Amino acid sequence: MIQGIAAGLCLVLAVSLQMMRDRVWPRETAAVEQLLYVRSPEAMKRLALGFDALAADVYWIRAIQHYGGERLKAGGAGKYELLHPLLDITTSLDPYFNIAYRFGAIFLSEKPPGGPGRPDQAVALLRKGIAAQPGNWQYYHDIAFVHYWSIGDAVAAADWFRRAAAQPGSPNWLLPVAAAMLTRGNDRASARFLWQQMLQSDQEWLRKNAERSLAQLDALDRIDGLNQLITAMGKPGGQPYSWEALVRAGRLRRIPLDPSGTPFEIDPVTGRARLSTASRLFPLPLSMGRE
Amino acid sequence: MRAVRYIAINVFRESVRDRVPYNLVLFAMLLIGASYLLGQLTAGQDVKIIKDLGLAAISVFGLFIAIFIGIGLVSKEVERRSIYALLAKPISRPQFIAGKYAGLTLTLLVNVAVMTAALYAVLAYMTWVTPAHIKAGWEAPGVDPVLLKATLLIFVELMIVTAVALFFSTFSSPILSAALTFALYVAGQFNTDLKNFDQVVESKAAVWLARGLYHLLPDLSAFDVKLQVVHGLPVPAGYLAATAGYGALYIAALLIAATLIFSRRDFK
Repeated sequence: MIQGIAAGLCLVLAVSLQMMRDRVWPRETAAVEQLLYVRSPEAMKRLALGFDALAADVYWIRAIQHYGGERLKAGGAGKYELLHPLLDITTSLDPYFNIAYRFGAIFLSEKPPGGPGRPDQAVALLRKGIAAQPGNWQYYHDIAFVHYWSIGDAVAAADWFRRAAAQPGSPNWLLPVAAAMLTRGNDRASARFLWQQMLQSDQEWLRKNAERSLAQLDALDRIDGLNQLITAMGKPGGQPYSWEALVRAGRLRRIPLDPSGTPFEIDPVTGRARLSTASRLFPLPLSMGRE
Repeated sequence: MRAVRYIAINVFRESVRDRVPYNLVLFAMLLIGASYLLGQLTAGQDVKIIKDLGLAAISVFGLFIAIFIGIGLVSKEVERRSIYALLAKPISRPQFIAGKYAGLTLTLLVNVAVMTAALYAVLAYMTWVTPAHIKAGWEAPGVDPVLLKATLLIFVELMIVTAVALFFSTFSSPILSAALTFALYVAGQFNTDLKNFDQVVESKAAVWLARGLYHLLPDLSAFDVKLQVVHGLPVPAGYLAATAGYGALYIAALLIAATLIFSRRDFK
């Protein structure tokens, strides 16, 4: 009994001393957080001694804590220096860690202060995922997203969406997305090719979507043609731009219509042709089409 | 056969007396604690991590039991001089070795079975409390019978480690036996590197030496299918049978060698 009380007392005293020490001499935790003892994924794989999956979980939790910790730093001071090495080790230890590739790529591609702003590392991580699971369409899809949102390259995004669509078990909405991306990237020939392929689809919603998109591409081509014509004519002296003036001058036989049969509009000041907001093709995928 | 059974039952009873089943309570607490904490720390990967943690814990706890009890199986009897009383009875030395091995294997079997049941209980609870739309994103079902493939191979791996520990225990001290068994366990995890040694060196002799070691040392990395079962990847039945068969033959070789050494030992 006395020994028990003595042991309890000692423990209470030890805890009190520990609390007092931490209060008087607070230890720097930031330095510990920034430490990554093993940076080589291969070395870590060997050190894990067959417990690779569990070690991967630990590194994944560290990656999340690191990302969250850096993101919460005041004044956008987060540097996210360990994010890529942590994700690299996680995915080397467990090459099938789907979420680590997918969330990791989002974390890496976020622009500062929300992330390190490293879409190149995000793409590299996802490419590593593709090397481990070449048939997983989600990684191709995520690379496409990184290209579109973070790099702003709609044509590259379309290419990756198209690759995602080619993987077994991929959803059928990927090809329309690829075509839409090409239209946004102003690669109308490729976009038209993809949309024409989708006209053969056995699903009605895809066919209707393709028909509408092809009509929009035609509208964009017609707008380009009209703008060239207006530029070649030059500004009418003291008059606002109008279709009627062009028809009167003999440059147009009648007021031009878009593929849905709605008349195009013309900006009276700049003379730029545009799609009418009343058209069923409005809005066009490109901002230039509405100018 | 009766002698072997009696020795085996006594080894099992001794392990219960040595409070080995306490690790089961620790295991259950670890899993229940982890299932709560991981939900706060991970991005929706709690079931995957509980599976990883559960399988790793079954392996680690079993490893400690196999090594630390295995090394004392023979040496303890010699130290306590109870070996004289035992061998004076109508028990042959091979029966003694077989009985000791069977007893510890039974202890490991009970441990692995109870820990597996506890893991399934936690997974069943997690499956029950998780909303259907989150479950739809899981790579494998929460209560996945495929996990049994991993626990089966973990058990066979532990049987090999027990046989290694028993083998060393027949001729060396407990500390040395523990060190050698652990060293062989580590070497067994790197075995694949020895097989692929020809990719890093030119010397034919070195390649043949490495290839020889690859076959001589226990190929423990082959027993690790934890990652595959957690991700719902296929583990062919043929692979399981071949690996378990390899384990059985390796154990037989170790036990025969242990019997041979033990039969020649002079306890005077």
